[in-house]
Amino acid sequence: MSQSFDVISSQLKKRHRKSARLKWISMSALGLAGLFLVLFFADMLSKGLPAFQQAYIQVELEYNEDATRMGRAAMDPEVARLVSRTFERLIPGQLRANPELLGTSETRWVLATSEVDQYLKGHDNKLRGNQQEVVDELIEAGRLELRFNTTFFTRGDSKMAESAGILSAAVGTVLTMLVTLAISFPIGVMTAVYLEEFAPDNRFTQLIEININNLAAIPSILFGLLGLAIFISFFGVPRSSPLVGGMTLALMTLPVIIIATRTALRSVPDSIRHAAFGVGCSRWQVVRDHVLPLAMPGIMTGSIIGLAQAMGETAPLIIVGMVAFIPDVSASFTQAATVLPAQIFTWAGEPERAFVEKTAGGILVLLSILIFLNATAVILRKKFERRW
Amino acid sequence: MSRSQTGQPVTRNQDANHELSIRVRDLSLWYGESQALKSLNIDLYQKNVTALIGPSGCGKSTFLRCLNRMNDLIPGVRIEGLVEMDGRDVNARKMDEVALRRRVGMVFQKPNPFPKSIYENIAYAPRMHDLVGRKAEQDELVERALRDAGLWEEVKDKLHQPGTSLSGGQQQRLCIARAIAVQPDVILMDEPTSALDPISTATIEDLMDKLKKQFTIVTVTHNMQQAARVADYTAFFHLGEIIEYNDTKTMFSTPATKKAEDYITGRYG
Amino acid sequence: MQTNQHLILFLGGLLLLGLIAFILGRSKAARVRASGQAMYAQPDQYAWFTVVATAGPALLVGAVGAFLMLLVGAEIPTAYLLAVSLAVAAIGAAVGIRCVRPDFHAREAIERVIRWLLVSAALISIFTTFGILFSIVFEALRFFQMHNFWEFITGTVWNPGASFLAAAGRADDASSAAQFGSVPLFAGTFMITAIAMLVAIPIGLLAAIYMAEFAPQRVRTLAKPTLEVLAGIPTVVYGFFAAITVAPIIVNIAGFFGLDASFNNAVAPGVVMGIMIIPFISSLSDDVINSVPDSMRQGSLALGMTKGETIRDVVIPAALPGIISASLLAVSRALGETMIVVMAAGMRPNLTANPLEDMTTVTVRIVAALTGDLEFESAETLSAFALGLVLFAVTLSLNLVSVLMIRRFRAKYRVNNL
Repeated sequence: MSQSFDVISSQLKKRHRKSARLKWISMSALGLAGLFLVLFFADMLSKGLPAFQQAYIQVELEYNEDATRMGRAAMDPEVARLVSRTFERLIPGQLRANPELLGTSETRWVLATSEVDQYLKGHDNKLRGNQQEVVDELIEAGRLELRFNTTFFTRGDSKMAESAGILSAAVGTVLTMLVTLAISFPIGVMTAVYLEEFAPDNRFTQLIEININNLAAIPSILFGLLGLAIFISFFGVPRSSPLVGGMTLALMTLPVIIIATRTALRSVPDSIRHAAFGVGCSRWQVVRDHVLPLAMPGIMTGSIIGLAQAMGETAPLIIVGMVAFIPDVSASFTQAATVLPAQIFTWAGEPERAFVEKTAGGILVLLSILIFLNATAVILRKKFERRW
Repeated sequence: MSRSQTGQPVTRNQDANHELSIRVRDLSLWYGESQALKSLNIDLYQKNVTALIGPSGCGKSTFLRCLNRMNDLIPGVRIEGLVEMDGRDVNARKMDEVALRRRVGMVFQKPNPFPKSIYENIAYAPRMHDLVGRKAEQDELVERALRDAGLWEEVKDKLHQPGTSLSGGQQQRLCIARAIAVQPDVILMDEPTSALDPISTATIEDLMDKLKKQFTIVTVTHNMQQAARVADYTAFFHLGEIIEYNDTKTMFSTPATKKAEDYITGRYG
Repeated sequence: MQTNQHLILFLGGLLLLGLIAFILGRSKAARVRASGQAMYAQPDQYAWFTVVATAGPALLVGAVGAFLMLLVGAEIPTAYLLAVSLAVAAIGAAVGIRCVRPDFHAREAIERVIRWLLVSAALISIFTTFGILFSIVFEALRFFQMHNFWEFITGTVWNPGASFLAAAGRADDASSAAQFGSVPLFAGTFMITAIAMLVAIPIGLLAAIYMAEFAPQRVRTLAKPTLEVLAGIPTVVYGFFAAITVAPIIVNIAGFFGLDASFNNAVAPGVVMGIMIIPFISSLSDDVINSVPDSMRQGSLALGMTKGETIRDVVIPAALPGIISASLLAVSRALGETMIVVMAAGMRPNLTANPLEDMTTVTVRIVAALTGDLEFESAETLSAFALGLVLFAVTLSLNLVSVLMIRRFRAKYRVNNL
């Protein structure tokens, strides 16, 4: 005769414990992944937020003869050592352009050096003891303080940390993304329309499908090799330009857009197509007037996600030379440019402590843009999602 | 109706065993807001085949799943009333549903062998339950279960092929073998032949007849001929209630209620 | 720039001709229609047909001309090319307008053109793959002409330092010959990949198990997109995180145990890469576990198995092909990952089994070889393509195996559901 419930239950105790253990372990795995995410963002915020503040110093400028040759001469030498060289260098030019300033004096808030900035933020710095005393006095006097860092958003790269900004990289990113989108969106949508609406199901179509799935999984750096060997060496597209970067990224984004568009097209029910065929539309008219408009939200969502991916990509751009040092903002598709992730990469390689902060600041900007893009995609999907 | 409170069949089957296996009193079940079972009462007897019949959606399968608490897996289910086995309330908090399921096995509508070999499909559970120790014991148990399920002759040469390589009818018998290998008291069968061809169905019906010597079998069926062929007792469900519970012969010759008669004669269903 | 002006002239002329063709074609079609004749297509469709007839051949001529100049180096004056293609455009326009006749199927003609356009768009993805393959193979072959393939595959010393001298014709100056033995690079790549997988597979798989089998619906809908965030973070950001935050932590921990760790140790990039890959594994495994039919779970539970045993012995084995497929994809991704290792791993080819030492990877060397002012012809630059070729071959085969496994998994469960 079989065992009673009590006997079985007592045998089961150990097994129940094991089962519960699996539950807890798997739950903590998920928790661990979440913890990584939290730690990561906390780390980036703590490192990057100070970048949005910069030390500014109040200086009295006396525009004398010497200052037309050497900007430093316009300032009290004690203070001059704390002022950013970027500003110093501007003074002679300014005086030559406006000779009437000579002999006058003024009081201005100007950028301090990154060492002062780091000292104010309590980080390691190279200020000497007596310089630190001067700085402390200036702070006491209200002549040295941390302000919102506009330079970071209005300037290009610089070898001096205090005047390095992300604007040229941001412009480069916009240009590159324009090229990427202009190429990958039409080609991606057309490919998807062909595969989903026109193509017969034969070997050739299957080959394209497998190929697309495979392209989506090829390491991005290999796309860089393609860009270098074919676009630059073979077709002579200018190196480091948004054009070549955009073309390279377009090929990487293509599979993302194709796959998203196909999913969107597939979710349009056949009844719509049959209805349109029923009133005498040709296949192309059905696609153009009925299927594509209905699939558009899905296509847009996919394209935005693809764009966000391309925007964070660095490796292929390094290969095609888009890690140039670009101090000036240029809005040309064919001149050397850099992009946000490449700027981050460049800064990460700078040895000075102040650049760590810039790097993390740049990362925060990039992450905000990516989060914004992805949130847009999610909202778009939520808003236009249709259940058939 | 007095009989639905006592839970006993209207007419007794004289050949049948009348030791109580599972006693159900005032069992009600809700899926969220909608009530699927309405105050059921039924006594299920040991070493008998009891068939549950009725139109689809009448709650037969839901009721069957109450007997080994498979409904626990569905979110939003609420159960009231008593299901008593071996003097214990099956639905009590204290009752370990895993222990319950070891004594109340189940065979499903679609055969669902594990993605393992035929041998492993059967040996797996007894090994986990510590019912067998040595390899030889295990071999013996697998053979016995397969023989009891009438599958041994067909598979004895390919025990280590995957269970999914068998035909549908063989897979279902493999699932029955798997269920009897853990030596339960009760085997629940949820329309076990509805996905099978007529020949496999006949084999499984014969099997049920043999198995009732060892096990209490409760089976849900859509097929009235099947109920008439295999069952000692038959319960007729309608809209979540047991309308009539009776000795099978009586049920099919002189049903006590109009509804059961209409269903059996094919007026609806 | 002469060429740029010509390009603008060409596009402007084409636009103008296209516009004229459109207006003429449309008005002619409208006239014919007004005269009461039945036509096969709408006036607009005729008009578009004339535009296609104008622009299509001209663009083709222009493209072929440009291609000949670039590829064959044929000396065609661009002014010539401009004149010829615009002439072709004019002829096209004339032919197109002549074709505006009641018995001409303008719509079908346009749709044929559209169809071909779509096909050629679809071909671009094929061209991309072949483009990658050819660009890599071509340059890699040039590398293997300079250096033995066998030495490249089996050599244990990677010292390309002197190769630029050879390229400059001063090979004798080099104190030692350049050596391209890729084994240390692959060893480093596999070490970091292995560390990444040690992090990603257990965490990803267990998280997937929790989400699919235990978590309440609310946690599930929240956890999945949250994990996806990890996959959306740019790799350059992970690289910074690994180099600045994780590597010092690893050094400190190693120091605590009395071990000496390099700041470019393999553990930091490996762990961070693993974190990045968690969502790949968890997301795909979650999908796969969810597609294991519920009847399997019920079958096991009905035998008196606990939930944990059901998952371990029934659900996971059933989902295994999908899980392996996800892991292979993840391995392929880790092998090809560049930024994290460029920023956090070392530059020194180092054949060691100690993950606390610095070591370099294939992708690091590719980047190192192709940045800076190296000459394109030098063996070091070309070695990047040889490394790329191996990387391509390995990731391609991993991807294909993975795709095949997931297909088999899908096919199996469609069949098994009877």
